[in-house]
Amino acid sequence: MVVECLKDQGVEVVFGYPGGAVLPIYDEVFQQNGIRHILVRHEQGAVHAAEGYARSTGKPGVVLVTSGPGATNAVTGLTDALLDSIPIVVLTGQVPTFMIGTDAFQEADTVGITRPCTKHNWLVQDTENLSSTIHEAFHVATTGRPGPVLVDIPKDVQFASAGYTPVKQVSTSHYQPQKKGDMASIEELVEAIETAKKPVFYTGGGVINSGTAASQLLRELVDGTGFPITSTLMGLGAYPASGDKWIGMLGMHGLYEANMAMHDCDLMINIGARFDDRITGRIDAFSPGSKKAHIDIDPSSINKVIRVDIPIVGDVGHVLEDVLKVWKSRGRKTDRAALGEWWNTIGEWRKVDCLKFEQKGSVIRPQHALARLEALTKDHDRYICTEVGQHQMWAAQYLGFEDPHRWMTSGGLGTMGYGFPASIGVQMAHPDSLVINVAGEASWLMNMQEMGTAVQFRLPVKQFILNNERLGMVRQWQELLHGERYSHSWSEALPDFVKLAEAFGAKGIKVDQAEDLDEAIKEMIAHDGPVILDCLVEKHENCFPMIPSGEPHNKMLLGEASTQDAIGTSGAVLV
Amino acid sequence: MSALHIKKGSTKHSAYNLRPQFSDVQETHTLALVVDNEAGVLARVIGLFSGRGYNIDSLTVAEIDHAGHRSRITIVTTGTPQVIEQIKAQLGRIVPVHSVNDLTVEGRSVERELALLKVEGTGDKRVEAMRLADIFRANVVDSTLESFVFEITGTPEKIDAFAELMSPLGLSEIARTGVAALSRGSVG
Repeated sequence: MVVECLKDQGVEVVFGYPGGAVLPIYDEVFQQNGIRHILVRHEQGAVHAAEGYARSTGKPGVVLVTSGPGATNAVTGLTDALLDSIPIVVLTGQVPTFMIGTDAFQEADTVGITRPCTKHNWLVQDTENLSSTIHEAFHVATTGRPGPVLVDIPKDVQFASAGYTPVKQVSTSHYQPQKKGDMASIEELVEAIETAKKPVFYTGGGVINSGTAASQLLRELVDGTGFPITSTLMGLGAYPASGDKWIGMLGMHGLYEANMAMHDCDLMINIGARFDDRITGRIDAFSPGSKKAHIDIDPSSINKVIRVDIPIVGDVGHVLEDVLKVWKSRGRKTDRAALGEWWNTIGEWRKVDCLKFEQKGSVIRPQHALARLEALTKDHDRYICTEVGQHQMWAAQYLGFEDPHRWMTSGGLGTMGYGFPASIGVQMAHPDSLVINVAGEASWLMNMQEMGTAVQFRLPVKQFILNNERLGMVRQWQELLHGERYSHSWSEALPDFVKLAEAFGAKGIKVDQAEDLDEAIKEMIAHDGPVILDCLVEKHENCFPMIPSGEPHNKMLLGEASTQDAIGTSGAVLV
Repeated sequence: MSALHIKKGSTKHSAYNLRPQFSDVQETHTLALVVDNEAGVLARVIGLFSGRGYNIDSLTVAEIDHAGHRSRITIVTTGTPQVIEQIKAQLGRIVPVHSVNDLTVEGRSVERELALLKVEGTGDKRVEAMRLADIFRANVVDSTLESFVFEITGTPEKIDAFAELMSPLGLSEIARTGVAALSRGSVG
């Protein structure tokens, strides 16, 4: 019945790992061909893979794991999906209903443990309710602000038979979040657009979650008004990086021009972002002179961190459609003269060229590695995943995203070990595309067991590891904020990644000379199978620009000038 | 040597903004929720308060519609206006929550609480307790030669006042239900 539900929901792929309490469902999986099951090597990997699948397709990702440890291993992935609003449906096995509460073998209070890390969860106690609950789970995961849901299914409920309720016959859920924005607020926003002298669009993952149409509408609005646009880490690709209104990512490691524009603007239009602390910096000095509008489908996001002047609760796609309609009907007005001035100011900031770097000598600088990766892969049908840390920020800075659903990264939770399994999920959804996971060696090792999955299912995922033998971001903070006391931020016993790849039956490449880099990247792309590219980079590179915590947007550190000495001396001390 | 020249006590030592962000004017609000009466719904509501660091001053919950599987939860909470708004929005996000009403701001409402108080004593104290109970219109629901159990209904303030008076007269135990509240007038 579970498999029938999934088919009814249009599910094609399930990521999972079997165990005692979920065997009846696995027996069903065995006896059918409609749904492909991907055997991961760890349940956390299953959830991240499902996240990668969901983010790259816009469809919900599905996970099937067993009770107890199977469920608890999924918790990190669930929390990750909750913070990044990714639609995931996790089905867990549970001990039989009559054994719940007896500390049975592999029993855990799954619904209790996952209550705060899911959008909603259910324990199915009667087979009669099984199909309707699973359909409701898909509805909740994908409606409103998307998120992870979990359905806990005891083993006796799996064995018993009952009537199947097809999705069409499930009674309408009371959970029906508002999609259309309030027209009076939309009119107010349009008026603000017409008179703004220094406007900026600040967009986030909500645009991508709202669907491709929302990205199209955003592009139309941005190009129509001629306003500059910046985006959070999660929103990259909604507006193309090559677009001339694009001023780069904002936030702690965002671009100088983007953060300065946020600080100095007089109208900030937040579309599907949530004023995260990595974005706002010091709150009492956040964009002090601006009128702020906020479009979000989740009412609890509004006024949570920053007080806004024009709140609009609704789906980004629907609201943008109405904004465009109203703006056009009123004559497509903007203050062109002031806007010209504003672009001149932004032009001055751009001249700072905050991402410039110089590749000197043979030691590969990570920025150079990513710039070369961008140059050699940008014309491919390309999907990028990342782990978490410095490499993630450099990837966001140096790679350009032209379309939504092309960029998979753990933003809210910052989960090291996310990228590799996510790349497996993406490759499942897009078997013929180039899927690259930009990784740091430490993050990558957190879920390295998934090499087994990649090899077994012949998923040609490319693992581009920027190996600095350090926990780079931790090291950077220790250097800048903790008196260069590098407490446990470096690894002494790293594996030989080439041999590691070979041990799993995959291909490994190692590169440590700048002049060999291009060749190595090309070799990685050309190989038809999973590849680990171990790219040894400068060990003490720091990630700039950077807004130090507790500082506003206009107090950015731009790199060399502010910390050159610190980097030089620390390098000598620590190798 | 730190590149940022951080002074001791500065928030820059943290990746987070440690400064308090909002005004600290505390308000007390009474919220009424209608929820699906399903397993775990109370845990979801309470977990939200503990997980996000909100206060619960009092909480009452009981089924109000058996056929429709609905329960009503009344929560009295304290926080800054911004926190109260967040609490309401977060409660509204919980899937089995059907409605969230802030009775403190949505027009006038009546609030009542019931309490049982055990008062032990003899002689003058016992007579005085009885006399005060009469003034507060508390009923005696159990009596021995050395003790009374009073039942009193009223606003939380009235019960506070009664309990305070009973304290020197031998108050030994108290049980309170927490606040139940409804808006005044017709629903429309």
